Amino acid sequence: MRRLFAALLFAVVALTGALTGPALAVRPDEKLADPALEARARTLSEELRCLVCQNQSIDDSDADLARDLRILVRERIAAGDSDRGVLDYLVARYGEFVLLRPRFNLGTALLWVSPFAVLLAGGVAVVLAARRRRAAPRDEEAPLGAEERARLAALLGKSPDITDV
Amino acid sequence: MIVEIGHYALILALALAVLQSVLPVWGARTGDAGLMATAGPTALGQFFFAGVSFAALTWAHVVSDFSVVNVVENSHSLKPMIYKVSGVWGNHEGSMLLWVTTLALFGALVAGFGRNLPAVLKADVLGVQAWVAVAFYLFVLLTSNPFLRLPIPPIEGRDLNPILQDPGLAIHPPLLYLGYVGFSIAFAFAVAALMEGRIDAAWARWVRPWTLAAWVFLTLGIAMGSYWAYYELGWGGWWFWDPVENASLMPWLAGTALLHSAIVMEKRDALKIWTILLAVLAFSLSLLGTFLVRSGVLTSVHAFATDPTRGVFILAILVTFIGGSLSLFAARAPGLAKGGLFAPISREGALVFNNLFLTSATAAVFVGTLYPLMLEAATGAKISVGAPFFDATFGPLMVPLLFAVPLGPFLAWKRGDLLAVAERLAVAFGLAFAGGLLAWWLTRGGPILAPLGVALALWLIFGALAEVVSRVKLFSEAPKTSFTRAVGLPRSVWGTMLAHLGVGVTLLGIVAESAWKIEDIRVMRPGETARLSRFEVIFDGVATRSGPNFVETATRFRVIEPSGRVTVMEPSKRVFRARQMPTTETAIATFDGVSQLYMAVGEIQPDGGVAMRMYWKPLVLSIWIGCLIMAIGGTVSLTDRRLRIGAPRPSRVPRAGDAAPTPAE
Repeated sequence: MRRLFAALLFAVVALTGALTGPALAVRPDEKLADPALEARARTLSEELRCLVCQNQSIDDSDADLARDLRILVRERIAAGDSDRGVLDYLVARYGEFVLLRPRFNLGTALLWVSPFAVLLAGGVAVVLAARRRRAAPRDEEAPLGAEERARLAALLGKSPDITDV
Repeated sequence: MIVEIGHYALILALALAVLQSVLPVWGARTGDAGLMATAGPTALGQFFFAGVSFAALTWAHVVSDFSVVNVVENSHSLKPMIYKVSGVWGNHEGSMLLWVTTLALFGALVAGFGRNLPAVLKADVLGVQAWVAVAFYLFVLLTSNPFLRLPIPPIEGRDLNPILQDPGLAIHPPLLYLGYVGFSIAFAFAVAALMEGRIDAAWARWVRPWTLAAWVFLTLGIAMGSYWAYYELGWGGWWFWDPVENASLMPWLAGTALLHSAIVMEKRDALKIWTILLAVLAFSLSLLGTFLVRSGVLTSVHAFATDPTRGVFILAILVTFIGGSLSLFAARAPGLAKGGLFAPISREGALVFNNLFLTSATAAVFVGTLYPLMLEAATGAKISVGAPFFDATFGPLMVPLLFAVPLGPFLAWKRGDLLAVAERLAVAFGLAFAGGLLAWWLTRGGPILAPLGVALALWLIFGALAEVVSRVKLFSEAPKTSFTRAVGLPRSVWGTMLAHLGVGVTLLGIVAESAWKIEDIRVMRPGETARLSRFEVIFDGVATRSGPNFVETATRFRVIEPSGRVTVMEPSKRVFRARQMPTTETAIATFDGVSQLYMAVGEIQPDGGVAMRMYWKPLVLSIWIGCLIMAIGGTVSLTDRRLRIGAPRPSRVPRAGDAAPTPAE
């Protein structure tokens, strides 16, 4: 499913890009000749942030910097770098900020874990609440206290030793 | 003069809101019926004056009164009339005025339609709503006043940002605000219940229509915004996980959860505390969205720090209302009576499952949107959280939820039988499976998960239909009997069916568009032909045209289908005169009813070549059609008898002529 949703949000566009002027993000002259390498370049581009844009990947941005980064990614791929190698190279140059998918580390652990922690905590809370509710008898089903029984008996005009009404 | 009347009306609205925020609540505490009764008239008066104020600003924009700063900065005398009007809310000050006017509208609606509300509840609800109103009137008047004049008016205005000059913008923000602000009613009801320290099933019945209405508007608003981004921004994307979008998605998710938990509360008197909390959260997230969009904090933490007046003001509002309501919740919630028991496999259980996953999905969006801001504020470290993060967290959380959707309506209250439900859904499951198989066979070699996505979407669609089919006993009884049963079915059942079906239709569009989209980026010269999917695209040439406030370079393409039918498409680039700002105007043609060919022009080269981006987007329109179906479902549900009639009044004895009450589902 992860792949599907990754494919799902192919073009990430932010307003700033459109504000600064329309042009195509990936330009025809940038494409690599080998379709397999070009596909890798496109996939990687979606993971990389255009550093001067607002929330835009270099695949979608038409800023000059994004173009430079796209060309850089393709150069590294052509030079034989692995996907991981290309990302490492860019992180070494521009810092973690360049990654749209933050790497899991001490600083981002909370970010990655919390959605699933909420699910887990919620699930546990639901199970616990259900157990507690089942263990504790319902209010309206609680047996009558001695005082209540006496009062009931008085109302019904019977002796207070009845337990079953 | 009219502008000053508008300004003064806004101050009067504030004054009335102050009265409305004190008197009815005071009356409710002291049992003074006279004071409580002030809630209605002040709410109506408040809306009247806010409306006058909004009308005055609209008038200033319509007549291009360039002595008003707001008009100068956002209008131009040559701008078409529709954009002069929509320009009123196409800027910070005007949109905040729309926000408070919408808030006043909802207060007036409660005052007008809430006749059967208990007096104390009504007084409290309108009082709480006025607290919010006071805060936002002050915000507008003190930090974002749209009525300020200029001593020396310029002859011409600076025009509205060109990408906002679009019919989509005319409707998108009002719809979104009707949704955002609509949740203030659910919030006010929740706080009123907490103040009273008492809550019952009738409460849920009063809250549900307001939540449903807000949800319908928010659904339409988000869908509208998404389609607008799709055709206006020129990249063919329709959801970008941009913080501004996330800001509207969070209240939507929480509101969806609230709609479902309120059903449990209404029918079974359970999940009361949780429902109250969700009502508080849905509106808190709306406030958060307003803060994120309006404070400038998104552009950069530093931009926020250099001009913090507005941001700090909204942040103060945010902290006061969210903190205050949550504290009240913490203090009062444990005292609220708990409701009915239910087995894990039951309608209630299914709705708890729904709430669990929707809340976790909301948390994913929340943390993904705010984490970079918090981390930078706390440690100075800058990270980016973009689409890949949301795909990896939000996606997996949605899948089990969507899979469970068709099961819910089939499960019985209190204790359900999963096996029996599976039996009744077998046909729907079979059809979905067959559909997935067909999709796989048709697109062999494509993305492997896409056919599964199609199967999930069809499962939602057929599962939703199966509920109505089973209820009216279609195929198992005579058609006439089925028809009679269909007519007698509560509208909320139809609403549920449509809403769930709409989710399936949207998902189908999402899967098809993302998996089977065809992209072609190339430079084309006049006379050249490109092939895209089944189409032959011929580039005829470039022409320059003039619009009311822009100059346009339009390209002309002929799209030829195998049948020989020709469609002309003219994507263009516009330069708006006042701001000298270029925009892309995409050309979109719809084929087969739901699929689209999408063309955007890039750079035009000196030799006449044009860099083109062309897409074939199969089933893309279903994304928004599904949202429309969801909204229609919500509206149909809103007309359900029990919501039209309102909560039953036990004191009233049914008269002989009354129709027998239908058992509400």
